[in-house]
Amino acid sequence: MAEGKTIISVKNLKKSFGRLDVLKDMSMDIEKGEVVVLLGPSGSGKSTFLRCLNQLEAATGGTIIVDGQTVTDRHTDINKVRENIGMLFQHFNLFPHKTVMQNITMAPIALKTMSKEDAHAKGLALLKRVGLSDKADAYPSQLSGGQKQRVAIARALAMNPDIMLFDEPTSALDPEMVGEVLAVMKELAADGMTMVIVTHEIGFAREVADRVVFIDAGYIVESGSPKAIFNHPKEPRTIDFLNKVL
Amino acid sequence: MIAIIQTYGSMLVQALGKTLLLTLLSLSFAMIIGLIISLMNVGKNRFFNFFGTAYVDGVRGVPLIVLAYFIYFGVPTGVKMMGFQDFRLTALQAGTIALAMNCGAYMAEIIRAGIESIDKGQMEASRSLGLNYVKTMRLVILPQAFRVMIPSIINQFIITLKDTSILSVIGFPELTNMGKTIAGNTFKSLQTWAIVGIMYMIVIVALSKVAKRVERRVNLGRG
Repeated sequence: MAEGKTIISVKNLKKSFGRLDVLKDMSMDIEKGEVVVLLGPSGSGKSTFLRCLNQLEAATGGTIIVDGQTVTDRHTDINKVRENIGMLFQHFNLFPHKTVMQNITMAPIALKTMSKEDAHAKGLALLKRVGLSDKADAYPSQLSGGQKQRVAIARALAMNPDIMLFDEPTSALDPEMVGEVLAVMKELAADGMTMVIVTHEIGFAREVADRVVFIDAGYIVESGSPKAIFNHPKEPRTIDFLNKVL
Repeated sequence: MIAIIQTYGSMLVQALGKTLLLTLLSLSFAMIIGLIISLMNVGKNRFFNFFGTAYVDGVRGVPLIVLAYFIYFGVPTGVKMMGFQDFRLTALQAGTIALAMNCGAYMAEIIRAGIESIDKGQMEASRSLGLNYVKTMRLVILPQAFRVMIPSIINQFIITLKDTSILSVIGFPELTNMGKTIAGNTFKSLQTWAIVGIMYMIVIVALSKVAKRVERRVNLGRG
């Protein structure tokens, strides 16, 4: 749970795509070990916010500090910062030309954070952790959606990140596979991983999140504990949204 | 026909060897040119984009035969005018340069299309792990792109092999040039050109078969 040390600090973040202002002015501090769920209608900017944190989208304005590094500063070695931030995608984005094991060991080997042998051993341990020990030599095309996403989690964990970003990790899954992915995410949360999650899984947010942040039209509308947001929302827009999805 | 093969057979085979040598040399350089130019074009650097586009447009805009004349006759004249009297290009050198430049432009477009066909989530996933752009290209994007490109690349190989015949105009003793000589000496155009045609065909069909095999093998892992 939260240890009271800020690991991500976002100040006045703005992001535009051409003339379209997606993020208007967002500030947020996230503490080490905190699990933050971003909620909001589609197009509200929650995914863009998440992608700004590791600069897959370059911010238009404002500052983002991750683990003491100003990632919005062009002189910061963004690759180094990214090693410490795992990311999961809606469509998994596994490397189809590599086996499951190669998917997991590619980054540690290419970035020389581990020897080949250590990376392989770590890969086996991670596969065990996500329940896919028997799939090390399979190719992504041979896996189900839920299995792919669990491999993607293992791949991200191979770099020993302190932070994990989840961009709608269960949205592309068949309903019966959502549970297996959420279960792995729950374990991660229990292990004290700092997690920022964009999801529509309200039940999961209720159970696992330390904080729920409701985003709409590029602004943070409301944020608080899951109980506060889901049971006693204050803002009309939050109430309106929750009425539609609950 | 038999008489021609008996008299000129070894010369024809030698000429075919020259054709293959020219093909192999120019293809090797064309691959390098194609890769460099395509990487210039897929990146976001405006200067590189401009240079890459200019190369492709420039080379594709000139017929190969004109390019060959320009390099074989034009360039040495120009260099001599600059004071280097000893500068010479052999027909093989000029032919290789012309073909490599020409094929390289088409190869650049094939590779660019291949790279752009890869889902952008692949780039994002790799970058999010901390790999830089170059490592991502080398380990994630290009290996996948090459699989997509194999049929087009093989097609380009075949076109280049046939294009070597154009270089008979600068006097390189490849297969078509040999055909001209034999037809001129024997006055047996029908038989000579039939033999030459069949020789090209055998090589190209064999190449296609090998290519199909390679394609199948490379695609195995994808399941």
